[in-house]
Amino acid sequence: MSRLRQLLVCYRLQLKVMMFSPFEGFLQVFFPLMFATAALLVYRVNDDPEAMLYAGIGAAAMGIWTSQTTSAATLVQRERWAGTLELVVAAPTPFAFVVLPITFAMATLGLYSVVAVILWDWWLFDLPLRVENWPGFVLSILMTTFTIALFGFLLSVTVVRYRTAWALGSALEYPGWLLCGFVVPLSLLPAWALPLSWALAPTWGVAAMRASAAGDSPWSELAVCLGVGLAYAALAAWLGVRLIDSARRNATLALT
Amino acid sequence: MTSVRIFFVGGLMSFRALFNWMNPWIFVPTTLLGPITQILLFAYVGRAAGVGDDEFFIIGNALNYAAIPGMFAMTFTIGGERRAQTLGLVLTSPARRVPLFLGRAMPVILNGWGTAMIGIVSGVWVLDADIPASSWPLIVLVVAVGSLATAGIGLVMGAINLVWRDGATLGNVVFLVLLIFTGTNVSVDDLPGWMEAVGRCLPLTHAIEATRAVADGATWSAVSGLVATELLIGAAYVVLGLLALRWLEHLSRTHATLEQI
Repeated sequence: MSRLRQLLVCYRLQLKVMMFSPFEGFLQVFFPLMFATAALLVYRVNDDPEAMLYAGIGAAAMGIWTSQTTSAATLVQRERWAGTLELVVAAPTPFAFVVLPITFAMATLGLYSVVAVILWDWWLFDLPLRVENWPGFVLSILMTTFTIALFGFLLSVTVVRYRTAWALGSALEYPGWLLCGFVVPLSLLPAWALPLSWALAPTWGVAAMRASAAGDSPWSELAVCLGVGLAYAALAAWLGVRLIDSARRNATLALT
Repeated sequence: MTSVRIFFVGGLMSFRALFNWMNPWIFVPTTLLGPITQILLFAYVGRAAGVGDDEFFIIGNALNYAAIPGMFAMTFTIGGERRAQTLGLVLTSPARRVPLFLGRAMPVILNGWGTAMIGIVSGVWVLDADIPASSWPLIVLVVAVGSLATAGIGLVMGAINLVWRDGATLGNVVFLVLLIFTGTNVSVDDLPGWMEAVGRCLPLTHAIEATRAVADGATWSAVSGLVATELLIGAAYVVLGLLALRWLEHLSRTHATLEQI
């Protein structure tokens, strides 16, 4: 019970902090919104309604990915700069249970971005969302958000000793949009890139969103999405302990 | 002579400090990986939509990325001085403001040019696009003019950063405006009229148009008008930036907010 309370308090507190930050609260919505606009402007040139709908569905989820890349990569660094990293690491609460609610708070902002992009596309491009299976579609968005938060968890612990992780996080933004098939069909990518796409949980989440929108069953894609996401969580939990231990042993935790 | 020294030595030192003494862990992802991945993203969007060819997206996005050093570096230079608590010292020094700030802009212009050229060369290589060898000298020149113009808007943003602290958010917003309005991924002629009108007043629009024409085999005489317009727009932003720096420096001194973080 106390663990659940800690997770909820941490999640709520971090969400409030992020919502008042122009960089995280505003830009994490505005940035993918503008990239979605740029992609849809390209699709609009040929005025193909099917292609527009295809891109519109994927574009809606771009913000969930954005919510994690730069922010999750800088999560540990921000604690370091604030001088609270040692306190967090030394606290009796396992480090993973501090990081997880933060990445879920980031992903929640990504959900806000989904709604913003759907409304924006409707208003600007006259592109209403046509979805045959709404429960499946909503579940697919939630699953995509959940697994991207787990990816953020993995990313944040992996870069714990990388002092300029924000640069790496920013560099992951466009490859993620491309490899996960948010606005480009995976069939267009070169064959060597496909294994990378399959290893990314959002690829399956976006496929489930499209299957639901078309009225097909999203369950197989959702199952793979969840499986890959849980693999991220397991890897992050394993890596997190080792990397933090290593940083403590070498007394490099607080080095900026 | 002092102004010349401030221009070159001050500008170079500020630029080196900007990247934490040329830390490759920042420099490589920011200025090398970024343009290549943005080019790939939109080239594939273009392929999926059946719009344009790879060369169109390579040039648009490589030049768009030239804006990143131009805008962020100028903004972060001032923000960095503030964080290091040296902004007050810099601004109370008797150094003339024009060489002081233009000196900081010069390495950034070169960086923007290098970033865009790396983007074009690697985009052509990765996507197997075809730009004739005879076009490259003119492309080098036009891209340099585009980078100069973005440094102009960077000066304006640097000035705003004297009174508005969140340079990262501001830089991203302006970068996104340039992405949408300058014909980076959709020719300005295909944009709605009001968007085209806004785009024509922004840096990069004419440089992107000119570079695409050159890559398609246009001669200097065919693009000289576009290049001159880009240069003019860039110069206008430089003048506006220097005036804004003067005014906002005065404002931040009057309100004692210069070093407020």
